[in-house]
Amino acid sequence: MGRFKIKKQDTFIDMTPMSDVMVLLLTFFMLTATFVKEEPIQVQTPGSVSEIKIPEKNLLTIFVNPQGQVFMNLDSEPNMATLLDQMEERNALSGLTPEQKKAFTMCPTFGHPLNLIKSWLSPENDGKRNELLHQASAGIPCDSTNDELKIWVQAARDGLGENMRIAIKADQTTSYGVIKKVMDSLRSIHENRYNLITNLKGADE
Amino acid sequence: MAKAKESRQKKMNARVDFTPMVDMIMLLVTFFMLCTTLLKPQTMEIAMPSDKEDVNEADRSQIAESKAITILVDEGRTVYYFKGKPSDDNLEKSAFGKDGIRAVLMEANAEAVKKVKALKDEYKHKMSSNLTEELRLKEEYKAKLDEIKDGEDTPSVIIKISDKAVYKDQIDILDEMQICNIGKYVIDNFKPEDKAKIDAKFGGK
Repeated sequence: MGRFKIKKQDTFIDMTPMSDVMVLLLTFFMLTATFVKEEPIQVQTPGSVSEIKIPEKNLLTIFVNPQGQVFMNLDSEPNMATLLDQMEERNALSGLTPEQKKAFTMCPTFGHPLNLIKSWLSPENDGKRNELLHQASAGIPCDSTNDELKIWVQAARDGLGENMRIAIKADQTTSYGVIKKVMDSLRSIHENRYNLITNLKGADE
Repeated sequence: MAKAKESRQKKMNARVDFTPMVDMIMLLVTFFMLCTTLLKPQTMEIAMPSDKEDVNEADRSQIAESKAITILVDEGRTVYYFKGKPSDDNLEKSAFGKDGIRAVLMEANAEAVKKVKALKDEYKHKMSSNLTEELRLKEEYKAKLDEIKDGEDTPSVIIKISDKAVYKDQIDILDEMQICNIGKYVIDNFKPEDKAKIDAKFGGK
């Protein structure tokens, strides 16, 4: 009898090797992930050929936005607390309630004149402190007559020790006049070594 | 007959379908890929002269020599430079980029540029798989590079940036220093006389 069988093809694909590879990839990305920290001050840094990497720990970043307002950022909560203690010791900032202090350590980026810091930290501003940095009255003054940046940096230096690095992160369209003021104020407290944060670009050779 | 029927066991398919798992892992991988920042921002290190009087005095006498090049950066990305002591007619107009100020600096620093190139070629083949050896080579390379940059006949560059310039101009000009291997440079104040000189020669606004 000429029976002929159609061989049934198995359409099942073995997914095991693929899932092996995927798990490996997943592990790699999970371990190397450093999440993008949201920065309330957005700046477009200029490109440079310099290839030095920025240190991650113990870094004080001074932000300068295109409007010339100056902000500061510290990398961790304990460092913020240390800075606050130092500021109180110098009587630059006083009379903060424990809640306000807590709020201060939770906001790594700050930048208000010293007389406005207290209202910035008041409880009714909970949850919108980062937005408040965009108002016109924000920004740490660093004129030669009213140099509060100097006080902040000095307090940070005393609190965090010699290993603290200072970095300036300014927008490429920021006027040089403002940068000069910041640099002059750093110079006046003998902070002569600092980093300028840039993007990588190739030299057009 | 009945016995045979009993012994016929149903063959179970031992294969597990991995497709849903792969799907899910793919999603996770995509999530982590998008959330990581592999590209860390770059920095450039800068050491400003201290404002202590004695240091400043030493710097001044050093750069008053004939090997000095002064670069003036004015608003609108215009660059002027003069060599040696300021006089009425040695001010030249230049521009940013390869054919502008870089060509000038490269020519002035030709000796050091040549040496650095030779040094780079020399160390290109001296790779080591030994980690400590590699580190030692890098240190050695850096020391030699610094030595060339600080050599006797390298030019000293004085950079003066107008307040009306932007931050990008400063980074660009500091970049040129790095590209042209200039080790001795200083950022000075842009004085009204400098502006007057530019106006006198090039009739700016």
